[in-house]
This record gives sequence, C-alpha cells and structure tokens, in this order.
Amino acid sequence: MNKLVTWGNELYTGKRSYPFTSKHRLWFTIAGALVILSILVPVVKGGFNLGIDFRGGSEFTVSDVQNTDTKIGETAVTSVASSAEATVTNIAPNTMRVQTERLSDDETLAIAASLADGYQVSSNEVTSNFIGPTWGQDVSRQALLGLFAFVILVGLLMAAYFRTWKMSLAAIIGLLVVIVVTAGIYSVSGFEITPSAIIGFLTILSYSLYDTVVVFDKVRENTKDFSKQSKRTFEQLVNLAVNQTLVRSINTSVVAVLPVASILFIGSYMLGAGTLKDLSLALFVGIIVSALSTLFVQAPLYQWLRRNEPVIVEHTKKLTVD
Amino acid sequence: MSSIRPVKQARKALLWLLIVFIIATGVLVAGATTGKTGWGPKLALDLEGGTEMILAPRVQGDQQINQEQLDQAVKIIRQRVNGNGVTESEVTTQSGRNVVVSMPGTPDQATRELIQASAAMEFRPVLISGSYEATPKDQRTAEADLPKPDGDPKNASDTNWVTADLYKKFEAYDCTNKADIKSSENADPAKPMISCDAKVGVKYILGPQEIPGDQISDAYAQLARGVNGSVTGEWVVVIEFNQQGTKTFADTTQRLIALQGAQNQFAIVLDGQIISAPTTNAVISDGRPQIQGGFTQESSQALAEQLKYGALPISFDIQSERQVSATLGADQLTAGLIAGIIGLGLVFIYSLFQYRALGLVTIASLLVSGILTYLALVLLGWGMNYRLSLAGVAGLIVAIGLIADSFIVYFERVRDELREGRPLASAVDIGWGRAKRTILASKAVNLLAAVVLYIVAVGNVRGFAFTLGLTAIIDLIVVYGLTHPTLVLLARTKFFADGHRLSGLDPSLLGVEPLYKGAGQIRRFGENVEANRGKKNAKASGEAAKRMTIAERRRAEAEQSKRSGTASSKAQEENNE
Repeated sequence: MNKLVTWGNELYTGKRSYPFTSKHRLWFTIAGALVILSILVPVVKGGFNLGIDFRGGSEFTVSDVQNTDTKIGETAVTSVASSAEATVTNIAPNTMRVQTERLSDDETLAIAASLADGYQVSSNEVTSNFIGPTWGQDVSRQALLGLFAFVILVGLLMAAYFRTWKMSLAAIIGLLVVIVVTAGIYSVSGFEITPSAIIGFLTILSYSLYDTVVVFDKVRENTKDFSKQSKRTFEQLVNLAVNQTLVRSINTSVVAVLPVASILFIGSYMLGAGTLKDLSLALFVGIIVSALSTLFVQAPLYQWLRRNEPVIVEHTKKLTVD
Repeated sequence: MSSIRPVKQARKALLWLLIVFIIATGVLVAGATTGKTGWGPKLALDLEGGTEMILAPRVQGDQQINQEQLDQAVKIIRQRVNGNGVTESEVTTQSGRNVVVSMPGTPDQATRELIQASAAMEFRPVLISGSYEATPKDQRTAEADLPKPDGDPKNASDTNWVTADLYKKFEAYDCTNKADIKSSENADPAKPMISCDAKVGVKYILGPQEIPGDQISDAYAQLARGVNGSVTGEWVVVIEFNQQGTKTFADTTQRLIALQGAQNQFAIVLDGQIISAPTTNAVISDGRPQIQGGFTQESSQALAEQLKYGALPISFDIQSERQVSATLGADQLTAGLIAGIIGLGLVFIYSLFQYRALGLVTIASLLVSGILTYLALVLLGWGMNYRLSLAGVAGLIVAIGLIADSFIVYFERVRDELREGRPLASAVDIGWGRAKRTILASKAVNLLAAVVLYIVAVGNVRGFAFTLGLTAIIDLIVVYGLTHPTLVLLARTKFFADGHRLSGLDPSLLGVEPLYKGAGQIRRFGENVEANRGKKNAKASGEAAKRMTIAERRRAEAEQSKRSGTASSKAQEENNE
C-alpha cells in the first residue's frame, strides 16, 4: 500500500507524470490501428461467430448427465428427425448441449423426450430452446436502437453537465473506439455472439462513460480557470488531471472487473455457455478497454480538440515565451 | 470551521436511512407473515423452470401493429391461456411488438395452437335462442318434433340451417361447461354454430358468418345523442365498417328488420364467444351502426376495444421458445450466487488492502446496499410482480463493482484533500462536496443506460437493465445515507483524525508532513501546511486557498508570515516517502 500511495502522491503533485496528452499522436495511432484491425479482422474471417439466436434453430441442454458421449445425443436426434443434423457438445461438467436446425413443435417435444431417455435423466433435466431466425435480428436491431438513443442522450447529458460539447464529443468518439475494439477482440477470439453478449456490449457503454465522467470531472476542475494561472499550459493541466485520477481509475476498474471476472470464472467452470458467461465476457473485455481508452483516447482527444482555441493558443504561447 | 453542523447532518442522514430500512423491513415482515408474499424475491422462469414463448405478430406487407392492438392481443391470449387451466401464466408485451407468454411446465400442442391462433371476430345472425344451461333431459324436444329443413338455406338467417342434429346438440349445450365452450372456438365460418352470451345469460344458434371482423375499420364509445342533437347521457358503441362491410351490413339489416323475435338479432362473435348480440332497430346503410342498451362508460369502452381489435385479426408466430428445467435454473442461480459472493469477497479484500480501516466503511456500505436491494426486490416482486431472472442476477453482480466505485471516487477525493494538508474533518467535508458531484453525474450516466436498455430491451435484457438501474439508485441512497455520514463521524474519532497507520488516511503516507518532525519539534496535526509547500504545489495550494473562507485565509496568511523561514521545506517532504 505504501508504495502505491506514494506513487499516488507523486502523481497528484505532478512529481511523477505520464505523458498522456503530449504523446497523443502515438496513442491515437495505436487506437486507430486497433480500430482498423477490429474492422478488418471480422471481414477477413468472414464475419462473427454468430450464435444460434441469429441462425435460428433448436437447442437442447441436458443437465446432470453421467455419460457425456456425444453419440447418444446424435442418435436421440436422428431417431426422431432422421434428416436433422445435430451438433452435440459437452459444454460443462455433466452438461450436454444439442443444437439442430429448426424443428417442428412435435419434433422438439419428441427429441427432448428421447434425449432424456438416451442420457438416462428425468425429462425435467432437459431444457429446450427454440429460436426463430428473426430473433437474433430483433435483438440486434433493438440493440442498435438502444446504442443510438443512448449515445445521443448521454452526449446531451454530458454536454450539459460539463458545459462544453467538446468533452461530450471526445467522450463519445472514445466510446465508439471502445465498442469497435471490444467487438474486434470478440471476433479474433472466436467467441460466439449471443444476445447476452450484446447486452454486455450495451453495458460497456455505460461503464465506459462512467469512467470518462470521473476523469473529465477532474479535468474540468483543473482547467476551470486555466488562463488565470501561469504555472502550467492547458495541455499540462489536462495531463495533470489524468495523472491525478490515475490511482482512482485503476482502483475503480479493478473493483469493477473483480465481480465480472468471478462471474466469468464461475460461469465457464460451472455452467459452460450461457447468459452469465457471455455477458461477463463482453463486460470483462469492455471494462479493461474502457479504462485504457479514457486515459489514452478520451482525455488526449479533448485536449486535442481544444488546442486551436485562441485563448488556449495565446495562454500556451505566453507560458512558453516566459 | 464549525464541526457541529456536519455532525448533526450526518446523524440525521443515518437516522433517515434507519427509518427507510425499518419501514421496508416492517412491510416485508408484515407481508411475509400474513402470507401475502414470500421471504425471497419472486423468481423468473429461467430460474424457476417453465416455458417462455416469445410471439411475433404475423402481419401482412407493411401493416403496422400498434400498442392498443398489442394490449388487446395480450388480454385475449391471457384469457385463452388461463381459461385453458394453466394458472400462474404471465402474458406481457415486449418492445411494442412482441407478446411474451411465460408459464410453468410445458404447454401441450393444443395450448400452443390456442396461443398462436388469431382472434377471429365475425358477425353472424341469430337463428334460435335458448336457456344458458343445458335443457333438462326430460324437457328436451321429442325426436319427431325436431326441426326438419325443407330445402337449402337461402340466406344466413334461414332456419333451414338448423338440422335435427344441430338442434339436439343445442339443447344439450351447457354454457357453464368449459368443454362445450371450447368446442365452439374454431367454428367454420360457412356453417351455423352454437354460442353463449354470458352477459345476458342466453345461448344461441347462429347462422353462418355474414361479415368478418376485418371489415370493421373503427369502433368507439360515445354518449348517445337525442333526435334534437342533445346528449342523452346514455353510452353507446359506434362501429364503423369499411366499404364492403357497409354494403353487407346494409343488406343484413334490411333482412333482419323484417324478421321477428331472436331472428331480429345479430351476434358479434370473438373467438367463438358472443361479445354482444344487439337487436336490429333500423336499416343501417351508412355503415355506422350504434349499439345501445344499458352501457356504462366502462362497459361501452371495453366493447369498443374488443370490436376494434377485431378490425385487425392478428395471429402470432412463435419466435423463440425456451423450456427451462427447474434443475438448470437452480444450478444457474447457485452459480450466480457463488459468483456474487466471490466477487463481493474480492472487492472486500481489495478495499481493505487499498483503504485499510476505510475499507470497512466500504464493506458496511456494500452490505447495507445488498440488504436494501434484497428488500427492494422482494417488495417489487410483491407490489409489481417483478421477477428476478438470471440476467437480473448478473446485473446485481456487476453492480457490486459499480457501487464500490462511488466509494473509491469519494475516498480518493478525501485523500486528495488530505494531500493538500487539510485536517481530516474538513478534508471529508470538502472532499464530499466535490465527490458528490462526480458521483451524481456518473450515476446519472448509469441510470440513463439502464433506462435506455430497459425501454429497448428484448428478451432477458430487461431483468438486467432493471437491477442495474435499481442498484444505481440504491447506491445513491447508501452513499448519501450511510457512507458519507459514517465518514463524517469517523473523521471526528481519534483513530482516524490522528491519521492512524491503519486508518487508510494516514497523512504521512499521503505526502503530508509527519506529526513528529524530529529535533523535538511537533507539528500540530491539522495545521495549515499549504504555506510550507514547495513550488510544485503552488498551483494546488493556490486552488485550495481559493476554497478557504475569508477567515481561514486570514488565519493562513497570519501563520505563514509567522512561520516563514522556519522548519519544513520541500526537501523534508520528499524524505517522507
């Protein structure tokens, strides 16, 4: 603790300082490269690994299975619908998942029964899930709508709160970087995109902006009367604010990521795929990317957006000439 | 600076929190002991087991379905599902488009079809009326006297539709018997049918369908007007037909007006049940018939709604269907709870590591937030039938981090103020003033996200958004009602105010000079040290100076002049690292 606190003190007083704003070209280049990669990779890979919700089909989950042989599941499906192709996977200890193409109601009920039979479990251990092909599209459409509404509302909220649209703009550009890069990481890793993952993405929006608000609040405080002092240039003040909030940013991010990591761990270990795991995976990646983005994209971007304002140019010139 | 006011306020805030807590607990205990609610939150289907179907309306072309029609559809589907003997099923709308049906267990094929079928509304002429219950066996018409059609029926009102078989069935038909009612649900529009009018307590034999429901273009309730145009105070229902409906209805009324008795009536049938069977008083050629007869405002509006729904018969496709076994749900809930406990534990450990004794304040605040959230979930389950889903549990776990965040923002602020050299009590007061704003702004962002997510939500996103929003509000209550007041009071204790090594607010660690400065010199803790700061801190202390009251500034200036040239310097400060 002592070391971290000392480090925090040095950051606070400006004795130790990391070049968040002055090296903005480097950070922007890295962020830009990541964004381009995040867009290119899915294109090269031929899109995301879309879950059953987007393809449509039937899914069965059999819990409490002793014998995890995938053959049993395949036989159970073909015995009812001979033409159906089944993908059987052992997703977690004692849990099997069977995915097939879209089945009729009768077939679904019959397969559920024959799966219970095959795996020697009672019929209430079998969960079936039928998803129409438009379901995933509906979720995505609503998610896009949500994204759009949220970005506009929060843009207005931040502009009103910080009383400068440039902060709002910087925050939202950074937010888009976070979304794109998180999606890119998702694509590279080959994780399945499910509606739960999309909810995770939407939650990242909230977290990312939350993180930005905390840092920007300090930036605003530091730069409020910047022209009345002659110790630091505007850019240095922004950088000092980011450094001063660094400990706070690290602490809040660690605290936010800990519970998410525990869902991720428990979710994958105990349950395999599912709501909890997909959600926490998106959040886990998103929280880390958000925290980094606030420091390296949002804050330097705000300074960059304002660098040509006459008052700032004049103030900076006065300080450098002195 | 007077320390009485903040302390008083802190005590008041704690008292308020206690009152809220006691009231909520009291309501819960009262509800639970009288059996009106359980001790735990209500669980959603994915945790309790059962079936959830998401139905999408089947619409043609660019037809749009509006909220009103959707609400009607929900009412009708609810009637069907519950009428079918399935209890505890829930029918709700989702994002202004879909209908969600949740029910325990697995629905059979019949229930599935029933849910998906469109509401079929139609107009049929009445042929014969009879008593609501089945005619007693000994009073039934003798075999020889049963009606014998003497030819093909010429129009929908022709009694030749009534065969001996149909009449026998009619006499045996019992409107209080569910099986009988169900048999008339999917009647062939080209054939006569038997149906009941529960409002009047009569059963009828109806002729074949004359006008299908989709020829109604509108229906509304209004106050009837007398001959001279004055309002009579009687509620009537006005139907508006489309062009084709107008023409057919004119022909029908033309025919019915000449007929006597029950044959003068026509029945409006929805899903096999008669919703109204008015008599014909006039030939309606303008396609705007008025139904009157003892309506209240409410009953007339209800009928108008039903009629309007008939104007667009919607059938539904099952878009997604999940059958969740109770075991899987229980497993997931267990896993979720374990994840939550681990997450909470990790946050506890991290806050103790980072903030020492202050970490205990975080832990206490998190525990109180947890209890308040629990109370809120149970009470919302009771009052609003809120059900906790797996996604909701995920939201609660994610919220642990978000709640702890606001404490960190606050504590770091207090540390910042200590770094400026303030005594703890005023560091807490000033730090709070600034942290409060940040916390409010960031919680507003959280809440906004939750509300947007909730509104556009599809599927189980709603539960997630709901708990996320709920915890954002509870976080604010706890920060204002517990964390801050506790800190204000603790700041007055010796342990914290003297900056004990374990307090997490040890000024020496925060770069402020130690109390004992060596060579027998002891600096009074809380002394204004800004004046002694090195050049690097000039800006920061300048800012702090700006925040001082005039009296404080004068005192600081006086002290500065008194102490100038002596003791501490920047070099000494750096030695403390």
